[in-house]
Amino acid sequence: MTTLSIAVADGAVVAKRNLIKIKRVPDVLVWVLMSPIMFVLLFAYVFGGAIDPGGGVNYREFLMAGIFAQTAIFGATFTGAGMAEDMQKGIIDRFRSLPMSRSAVLVGRTASDIVYNVLSLAIMSLTGLLIGWRIRGSLGDALLAFLLLVLLGYAFSWVLGYVGLLVPSPEVINNASFMVIMPLTFVSNAFVPLESFPAALRPFVEWNPVSAVTQAARDLFGNTSPAIPVPDVWSMRNPILYTLIWIVAIIAVFLPLAVAQYQRTASR
Amino acid sequence: MSAVIRASGLVKHYGEVRALDGLDLSVERGQVLGLLGPNGAGKTTSVRILATLLDADAGDAEVAGYDVRTQTDEVRRVIGLSGQYAAVDEHLTGFENLDMVGRLYRLGRARARVRARELLERFDLAAAGDRPVKTYSGGMRRRLDLAGSLVADPQVLFLDEPTTGLDPRSRTGMWEVIRELVDRGTTLLLTTQYLEEADRLADEIIVIDHGREIARGSADQLKAQVGGERVELVVAQRTDLLTARSLLAEFAVGEITVDEHGNGLGAPVAGGAGVLMQVLRRLDDADIEVLDIALRRPTLDDVFLALTGHVAEPDAAPRKGEGDEGDRLRPDLAAVAVAHEEELA
Repeated sequence: MTTLSIAVADGAVVAKRNLIKIKRVPDVLVWVLMSPIMFVLLFAYVFGGAIDPGGGVNYREFLMAGIFAQTAIFGATFTGAGMAEDMQKGIIDRFRSLPMSRSAVLVGRTASDIVYNVLSLAIMSLTGLLIGWRIRGSLGDALLAFLLLVLLGYAFSWVLGYVGLLVPSPEVINNASFMVIMPLTFVSNAFVPLESFPAALRPFVEWNPVSAVTQAARDLFGNTSPAIPVPDVWSMRNPILYTLIWIVAIIAVFLPLAVAQYQRTASR
Repeated sequence: MSAVIRASGLVKHYGEVRALDGLDLSVERGQVLGLLGPNGAGKTTSVRILATLLDADAGDAEVAGYDVRTQTDEVRRVIGLSGQYAAVDEHLTGFENLDMVGRLYRLGRARARVRARELLERFDLAAAGDRPVKTYSGGMRRRLDLAGSLVADPQVLFLDEPTTGLDPRSRTGMWEVIRELVDRGTTLLLTTQYLEEADRLADEIIVIDHGREIARGSADQLKAQVGGERVELVVAQRTDLLTARSLLAEFAVGEITVDEHGNGLGAPVAGGAGVLMQVLRRLDDADIEVLDIALRRPTLDDVFLALTGHVAEPDAAPRKGEGDEGDRLRPDLAAVAVAHEEELA
């Protein structure tokens, strides 16, 4: 077997173990599913009256792609917390004494967290549909939008998985990810139109991958209007491609980093 | 040389602390080596280095002919490791834990399942096999952990303090299981804080302190250095002290100590509980009232006292309580003996 197929096979075994835990400790799942509902309702009703995306687009339609993006990226926090927790538990010694793939624990963890993300995206979609969000594009485009969101969430899982190996305890992860992910998602076009940002922040917002995936999803769901101008910036003109570049780049950097850190943490 | 485990000059630092300071060891095929020492002596560090979980700062080691630093996968394929902290997932059932380990050894789906059931049966966990490990007792977790280390039938086994913190019954159960494995020809490296455990299980014992070997030999050789077991008793009447002393002299294999203030007598003996019974019978025949009597076996502290002149003291944070508890839990030591020791102290 090749290194890759071993990593996938062993990763699947570890992922199965993580999924069993979701089943046995359902409280976590309840939280994962409740918070997106809360976010949708809060934003829709708190900011819904104050923000006008323009072009005759309803704010709730405008909002959904942004909420999806934020949730997909926040989902990575679970990966970080999960890794940090695993490293504290005795089971990691068992993994380390087995002739298994060195990347399997990370591969399995990031893979099982996709399940969290898909579930919360599904719940959010239903909530969105209830409050008036509609998919106005084709089904294929909508699926592509969800795929992009899930993939970007997966890429961020590798970032937080790496951070999870660096921190001394799982509690630290929540704060650390909050400090990074909050600014990243709020200084984007996820919740407010891009034009509303001061000029100094504009370049950051325009090149922020969260803005790109939001823009891509909005386009694909048909939640925009030709009347809303798209900034003349490459990232915003080619949001799908730009998002894919980010996904590939993040994984290319953080997968080897995380695997190397796992080995290092493992032999401390 | 048929050494299956071989290490020389192992050194490991943690900041300023030298956890290992040039340890050499070798274990022949089918033999059992016991690493005996207090907390912080370097026992766990040694095991982790040999089991490829930790890199040594200096020195080299081989397991089954493979270098533990460069041939980690090869080493991992032939070893089993079971530690003081059970390496099991508490959200999974016992079966799921073993099945997962089997899959990661790439036994294949069917074989992994069969093996998991076999091991549950063998370690008396069959009934609990489909319950989450969370519901298991400490002894059950240890047995499951040991089972996990045996999934791929390893030729070399590392057991790091396999009975620390277990109650006496679980401890004796664990000893039986380990004995059985060794009888089947598994090469074993065992660490322990209990001389008695090393005595029961190991062919050779290395006593370590501060990461260094301070003595090595068979349990009998070590006990010979330490002085073996002692009968200690307290008589009710001071007037009986001399009579009791002369009775005790029949069994003593060394100098008898007399504590006139506390009406106490102590003597090194050979022959274990049988001797204790005979001493009691003789005292009874002579109508000597005995307040307290016990057979005291040498403890790790006695070994250390004899070898180094000081008692075993942990390097790191004081975890003396643990050691105390361990001694109290020794199955062969009657509570009366502990009471007696405390009285003397």
